[in-house]
Amino acid sequence: MVQVRLGGTLQSYSGGRSSFEVEGATIGQILAGLGEACPRLKPLLEQGVAVAVDGEIYRGSLLHPVSPNAEVFILPKLAGG
Amino acid sequence: MPLDQSAKPNGFSKVGTRPLRPDGIDKVTGRARFGADMNAPGMLIGKVLRSPHAHARIRSIDASAAEALPGVKAVVTAADFADRQDEFRDVLVNIMARDKALYDGHAVAAVAATSTAIARKALALIKVDYEVLPHVIDVEAAMRPDAPILHETLVTKGVEPKPTKPSNIAARLEFGHGDVAAGFAQADVVIERQFRTEATHQGYIEPHACLASVGGDGQGELWVCTQGHFMVRDTCAALLGMDISKLRVTASEIGGGFGGKTTVFIEPVALALSRKAGRPVKLVMSRAEVFRASGPTSSTSIRVKMGIRKDGRITAGEAELKYQGGAFPGSAVEMGAMSAFACYDLENVHVVGYDVVTNRPKQAAYRAPGAPMSAFAVEGVVNELAERIGMDPIELRLKNAAKEGTRSAYGPTFGPIGLIETLKAIKSHPNAKKKLGPNQGRGVACGFWFNFGGQTSVSLNLNIDGTVALAVGTPDIGGSRASMCLMAAEELGIPYDRVRAVVADTSSLGFNDVTDGSRVTFASGLATIKAARDAVRKLCARAAAMWGIPEDAVVWEEGAARPAGPNAGSFPPLTLREIAAMAPKTGGPIAGHCEFNAENAGPSFASHLVDVEVDPETGRSTVLRYLIAQDAGKAVHPAYVEGQFQGGAAQGVGWALNEEYVYGADGRLQNPGFLDYRIPVASDLPMIDTVIVEVPNPGHPYGVRGVGETSIVPPLAAVANAVSHATGIRLTDLPMSPPKVLAAIEAQRMAKAAE
Repeated sequence: MVQVRLGGTLQSYSGGRSSFEVEGATIGQILAGLGEACPRLKPLLEQGVAVAVDGEIYRGSLLHPVSPNAEVFILPKLAGG
Repeated sequence: MPLDQSAKPNGFSKVGTRPLRPDGIDKVTGRARFGADMNAPGMLIGKVLRSPHAHARIRSIDASAAEALPGVKAVVTAADFADRQDEFRDVLVNIMARDKALYDGHAVAAVAATSTAIARKALALIKVDYEVLPHVIDVEAAMRPDAPILHETLVTKGVEPKPTKPSNIAARLEFGHGDVAAGFAQADVVIERQFRTEATHQGYIEPHACLASVGGDGQGELWVCTQGHFMVRDTCAALLGMDISKLRVTASEIGGGFGGKTTVFIEPVALALSRKAGRPVKLVMSRAEVFRASGPTSSTSIRVKMGIRKDGRITAGEAELKYQGGAFPGSAVEMGAMSAFACYDLENVHVVGYDVVTNRPKQAAYRAPGAPMSAFAVEGVVNELAERIGMDPIELRLKNAAKEGTRSAYGPTFGPIGLIETLKAIKSHPNAKKKLGPNQGRGVACGFWFNFGGQTSVSLNLNIDGTVALAVGTPDIGGSRASMCLMAAEELGIPYDRVRAVVADTSSLGFNDVTDGSRVTFASGLATIKAARDAVRKLCARAAAMWGIPEDAVVWEEGAARPAGPNAGSFPPLTLREIAAMAPKTGGPIAGHCEFNAENAGPSFASHLVDVEVDPETGRSTVLRYLIAQDAGKAVHPAYVEGQFQGGAAQGVGWALNEEYVYGADGRLQNPGFLDYRIPVASDLPMIDTVIVEVPNPGHPYGVRGVGETSIVPPLAAVANAVSHATGIRLTDLPMSPPKVLAAIEAQRMAKAAE
């Protein structure tokens, strides 16, 4: 199980819950698990989010491996100028 | 593929040098071709009719007289673009108004004619029946319950229970951790201030321009000034209902973007006109159109509250950010909220943000979108905290600075970062020790930006003479082609001038995200390194075949294939040039490729130190000295890194002192030109001093971090803190233009006289 924490607007879609324990060995599996644990988050997760794994932000790497004790934050989709 | 961190342990022979950029001569001689420089046989001129109203229902559009005008070949309106309800909906409505005009300058129709004069005449013949509606420009006014509503279907996201009524507040969001109330209870000093910043424009010198051509077979070509031609291709194809493969987009040279050219405005319109007319159409925005109808940044209203102990430790930080993003959701408030306190190691932090729509042009990204405004507010309060407890502002920041292992205010834990190193660099710089004269003040501020990677493709082709053709897909805004050539030359072990980089069109290369997020030197650079290593593998394999030994018995050193050791055999080295010359007879062309999604860009921090003098008679602020220290990870081309530092600071000085969108009571923009919208020019600024800090990014084999955006984050606050120091008055509204500063000085004089 991986502990996943939510940032920003996402918490308002999880009834105020800020973290979930989900199964998954990759970012994609963790997002899928999070969507099952909290169906209201699913549309947002499908629209695209950024995922910080041990401090590194990933925006498009669903296949990136995640270890069970990794620090995982779900962040809004990010873009620069 | 794991990155080989040991590939370049110490010795770079090319990276870190300062050769001339490959596009430099063309640009200084006028040979470079920008957006408006391309022509085509039979080309028509396109012009756009824009709403004069800030908010109006469009009852009808009658273009019959325009269509009947000799020389007019096509007129398009929203009816020429199929409606849609997907992620492109807002872009669709922004490029051509549908049922309502949502801001002064919103496109309502466009014509293509055989001359500019006829096109202009045709615009005057188009009759638009408007029902003028109440409008709202100010962010606070737009949030009031009685404000005119822009979108009847817009309800606030991020609020529980879900609202039932429409609102101009598109979203509410929050970040943070800890207990701010407990943090404030531990503080000896608590300061709370309200700030405002005005909308500013990126101010790129080259207006938006394109040449579109759609043939009778439905295949199209587009030449365009953009930060991302693959984005332009995909967006235009969607809006016009074309297959992506049928549209080929070529990026022109670009006269600045700063985020403002990461979306489309006129490009789909030019394609629609060309498709209807059956001829090529050139469409170029005037400067007034750029101001009225492209994407400036948000104006904001920000409240910040911070607490500190007498020993200088910040105990809590709280902020409420309200950003208006123009007529559509999507202001940069989320990133403003995430970056607001990112420079500090805080146990208790809480930020709430509101994304608000108003009757202004849809905002576009502007260099570190959202971050300069929240940094302006937070860094202003940090300076005031330092004054109140009698601590040097650099020392206070050093005491609270985020570092490796700090849990960031937006959640994740930082890896290796260089904020403390930048603070130490400005502290020890001679500028920090200069004596200040009368009416002079010194300001300091820090800044952070995330930096991004993204989808990237690069091809590296070896020519028969041993030169290298490097094809990248990210438009070169800040000298990136030079950096790509340096990295390719470094990997291949050949001179810099034997590599030539071009920005390839969308049909010649795999997908590339736009040039944004300070990503190009990091991501396209990493792709270049990977493509070069791919080519080196093939070069070694070719040498092995020529020698008749196993591939793994060959190594690449100093630009040549060599036997890996005595057991591999005794062969003289084969240089890249020699292998390339033999390529046609030994297996054919040799090329290296990389198509990947770059991640782990690594954030960049900066500290700025600025001295200003404020004229007490006029309120005019003059920047005397400006110093930037910023973490570049590894500076590939130090001159262009310094240029990015300086450019960001120059834009930030303009934002702090002069630049603002001024609206009349009628909701019309009053200053759509560089005469009345004052950006800094060379004579307004001193030479900006720079210190490149290099704390390597573990996500890049050379340690590279993006540098393009962080440099605009601190200057708003640094300049404001210097003006405050010079005048003894803390101003909280930008821009700190001469009339505003003078009024504050006179109010201070009156108050003192009354004592």
